[in-house]
This record gives sequence, C-alpha cells and structure tokens, in this order.
Amino acid sequence: MNVAQSTLDQVVLVEQTKPPGDTDKGALWDSIFRNTTKFFAFLVFCLLFGIMLTLFYGSLPALKTFGFSFITSDAWNPVTVQFGAKVPIVGTLVTSAIAMLIGIPLSFGIALFITELSPKWLKRPLGIAVELLAGVPSIIYGMWGLFVFAPFFADNIQPWVNDNMGNLPGIGFLFQGPPMGIGMLTAGLILAIMVIPFIASVMRDVFEIVPAMHKESAYGLGATTWEVVWKVVLPYTKIGVVGGIMLGLGRALGETMAVTFVIGNAHDISTSLMMPGNTISSALANEFTEAVGDVYTSSLITLGLLLFVITFIVLACSKLLLIKLAQKEGKQS
Amino acid sequence: MSFNNRLYFQRRLVNVINLSISMFTVVVALFFLGWILYTLFLNGFHGISAATFTKMTPPPGSAGGLVNAIMGSLLMVSIATLIGTPVGILAGTYLAEFGQTGWLAPATRFINDILLSAPSIVIGLFVYELAVHSVGHFSAWAGALALALIVLPVVVRTTENMLQLVPSSLREAAAALGAPQWKVVMMISYKAARAGIMTGVLLAIARVFGETAPLLFTALNNQFWSTNMEGPMSSLAVIIFQFAMSPYKDWHDLAWSGALLITLFVLGLNILARSMFKNTSSN
Repeated sequence: MNVAQSTLDQVVLVEQTKPPGDTDKGALWDSIFRNTTKFFAFLVFCLLFGIMLTLFYGSLPALKTFGFSFITSDAWNPVTVQFGAKVPIVGTLVTSAIAMLIGIPLSFGIALFITELSPKWLKRPLGIAVELLAGVPSIIYGMWGLFVFAPFFADNIQPWVNDNMGNLPGIGFLFQGPPMGIGMLTAGLILAIMVIPFIASVMRDVFEIVPAMHKESAYGLGATTWEVVWKVVLPYTKIGVVGGIMLGLGRALGETMAVTFVIGNAHDISTSLMMPGNTISSALANEFTEAVGDVYTSSLITLGLLLFVITFIVLACSKLLLIKLAQKEGKQS
Repeated sequence: MSFNNRLYFQRRLVNVINLSISMFTVVVALFFLGWILYTLFLNGFHGISAATFTKMTPPPGSAGGLVNAIMGSLLMVSIATLIGTPVGILAGTYLAEFGQTGWLAPATRFINDILLSAPSIVIGLFVYELAVHSVGHFSAWAGALALALIVLPVVVRTTENMLQLVPSSLREAAAALGAPQWKVVMMISYKAARAGIMTGVLLAIARVFGETAPLLFTALNNQFWSTNMEGPMSSLAVIIFQFAMSPYKDWHDLAWSGALLITLFVLGLNILARSMFKNTSSN
C-alpha cells in the first residue's frame, strides 16, 4: 500500500512541479518554500554527524593519552589519572543482555495476546497501557527501583535465588552474592520492564501485517492458534521481529537514569550478577559534573562516543531490517 | 487411532499452555505498571500541598516546595518546544511533500529514526561540548537546546507520517485549481494533518518533560529561584535525581511528590494527545 501511495505521490509531484502557469512569482515562492524545508531536513541529516564529530573531538585528549588500549583497560582511577572503558562497556552489555533475555519473551507474549487472543474491546485499552509503560519517565523507574523494588528484591527474591540457583552447575556463580538489592541483576530486570513497550509494539505492528489468507489456510488445515503463530506468523515476520528486538536493545544500551539509581556505581567486574557494577551511561551521569581535569572529562566523553557508536550500529541494523520487511510486504500485496 | 488422539491431545495441550503464558505476560506487564503508579501515589500524594507550588527547594532538614524546579522545567521545556517544533515540522514537510526524489529524504528519514532512539545522555554530552564547554559555564539555554534536540526527531517523524496520511486527491484538487505547491502544502496538507501534527508535538513535550540525563551537564541544577537563561537552572527531573539519591528523609518525600507530579503530567499529556488524535481521525 505504501508503494502504491508513493507512486501516486510521484505522479502528483510531476504534475505539481510544472509551474502553475500564470506567474513567475508562484514559482519563486515554490522554490523558496521547497528550499527552506530542504535546508531543515539537511540540518537533521547533519545532526548525527555533528554529534559524532563533536564527541570525537572531545575524546581526543583521552585517546592521545591512552590510545586504543583505552577500550580494553579496566583501570579507573581519577587520582592517578588512569582510565579505561572495559568495566562500563561490560556492565552495559551485561545489563542489556539480562534485559533482552527477560524482555523478549514477555514482549512476545504481550504482542501475541493483543493480536491473536484479545477480544476487540480490550485491544485499545491494552495498547494504551503498554504505551503508558513507555511514557513513564525513566527517572521514575529509577526511583521506584531504588526505594521499592530493590528492597523487595533483596528481602524476598535474592535469598531464594541464592539458595536455588547459586548451586547450578556452570552458571551458579552468577547468582552467588550478598542480597543487597542493587546490582547488575536488578538493573537488568528494570531495563527489561522498560524495553517491553518498545519491542511489544513493533511485534504487534508486524504481526498485524500477516495476510489473513496465510493464517486462515493454516487454521483450515487444523492448526492450533499457537501453531499458527509459531509456524506461520513468526516465520513471515521474523525480520521485523528481529528489528523490534534490536530497537529495544538500542534503548536498553543507552538507558541512563533507571540504571544509575540501582546499579551501585562500582568500578569492578564481578563474576556475580548480584554485585554492583557500572554502565557507560551511569558512569557519565554519576561522574561527569564532578570530573576535574581534561583527561578525566575527555575519558568520559570517549565513553559517550563509544556508547553512541554501539547504539548507532544496533539501531541502524534494526532500521534496515524493518525497511527490508516493509519492502517484502510491498512486493507481496 | 489412539496414537493420533494422543498427538492431538498433545498439540492442544501445548496450545493451551503457551496461550496461558501469553496471558500471564500481559498480567505481568500490567502488574508492574500498576505497582509503579501505586507506589507513586502512596508516597507522593500526601506530600503535595500549596507549599509544593509556592516554596523553594529547601536545604535538608527544613520544609519547602518545588516551585523553582517546576518553573525551570516549564521554562526550558517551552523554549525547547519553540525551537524544536518549527524545525521539525519543516524538515518533516520536506520528507513527506518533496522527498520523492533525491538521496536526502531517505537518508534523513533513516538518521531521524536513529536520533529518535539515541541515548539522551549522549545528546547531553554533545550540547555540553557545544554550548557549555565552549562558553565556560552551565546555562539554561544549553539545557533547552538539549531538550530541543530530543523534541526534534519526534516532531519530524509524526509530521511526515501525518502528511502522508493526507489523501493525494486533496493535493491534486488544489493543484488543478492552479494553486502553487507552497500554497497546497500550507493551506491543504497542513490543515488536513493539523490534529496529527499537534499530537506529535504533545507527545514530544511529554517525552522531554521527564528527561533528566540531557539536563545533568547542561542546565545543571540550582537551589534558588532563577529565570536567568544564562545561568544554571533547576528542573523537576534533576531535583528528583538529586533528592532521591540523598540520604535525607524530607528530601525523599519531596522527590516522591515531584515524581508524582511529573508522571501525572506526562501520562496526562500522553492520554490527551492520543484521544485528540483518535477523535479527529474517526470524524
């Protein structure tokens, strides 16, 4: 439908770009208007490169001092002016991985319910509820996490996790540690709740583009609802589903305030997920305004640049996949 | 035959189990939404009084309100909206109305979608380098600029989508009457897409009102009343961050009140925007 729309637009455009005839004044205003809008579009286009270049410029002092070993070094000592990005990078990846592990199945379940199971009257309120989850500012998640969820987690869940999952062969060490409430696991859990609306709404949207004919054929062969979803809907939309997951991942990687509250801000890599850690964004939020000296500030800006590059790659992949799905959809309809 | 029955039963069982799990995930999400809102009301509601809207943020141990933070938030969000909206609408117009040829429109669309999800703390860093480091002091202008950069992609996106919903036949009709293209856009497309574009602006305001990360290194914070855009300014979100991270009980209470205010404002704006768009699009 989109393709049909845009070819129609093109026809209209060709018709419109012919000068309306009467005056040159009309054509002059046309070109002024068109170029003004073009200028601002170009501004948006440049913004991304502006951000990259500015951050790169800001990170030069740190890169000059430490070179590329900055990325692999786990030092973080403002007194001796030794900095490295390994700890925050690992923290960012670990918390996001936890968020994805929990967030993806939850989002899938929600999208499945909204598209296939929900009675019609419930669809809209549910959609709004999911959007409200996205609308709650991240600082609120952080406060709730620090004052409500972390103590609850420490008192009720972590002892159980310690006892029951701490002895698991192979991965048990991940779950051993003092029940403090704050730490990587808590941050990951809160991130999981925060990415649900983003992943679930993309999944819902792509599930809805599956042609009814495909689903009806499967139902006609006697497939159950689950089989239709798992064997017809999911294969048809897998590119879009992955795109939605990447979008959620991009959000999780860059999320700042919610994580800053509950991560504990410790510059260590611990084997246990129960221990406090640090992410790129929480290190920035906690330390940037207190950083003294060029190299310290610049090291933090380099962290920001790394975060931006990582999220850029993830989000670009997500976008490309979603575009690919839209094209496939255009060809078939 | 009995084998087939068993297979059938098994498939039905898998179906029922998985669909129950799906229902359960919805309950989980709603439970967390409910839990968060319940906590906010429980802790924030009793602290809201006239003093919240008339007194300054206090030093620890004394009573006070949030008026300077509320003022700062309103001021910076308003300026951010005033900067971000026109730029966003014009850029979105290019994408929807003139973007059928050339490389700029698809490239901008792609980049805009990435900016839409870019980490807001990075935007804060960018503006710090641009407008704080180069000038030498934190300022509310920098804070407003950082927020404007977050408003911008939201407005670009919704403007483009809404303009594309306008039927081409309307534009053709206007063009057939001899209207030049700028007139077609200004008087036909904008008018038809007005409600949708407004929705986008409201959603953008809702989004930046709760933003904390981009303000941390730009507008910084201020314990006093200030409307001086050249200097640091407090905002509701940053005050919440500062007060919640502090060890003082009365600061925590104020932070909860602030959190409730922010959430009510943001969610209210969200619901208003969506219901407004729904009404006009169904008529």
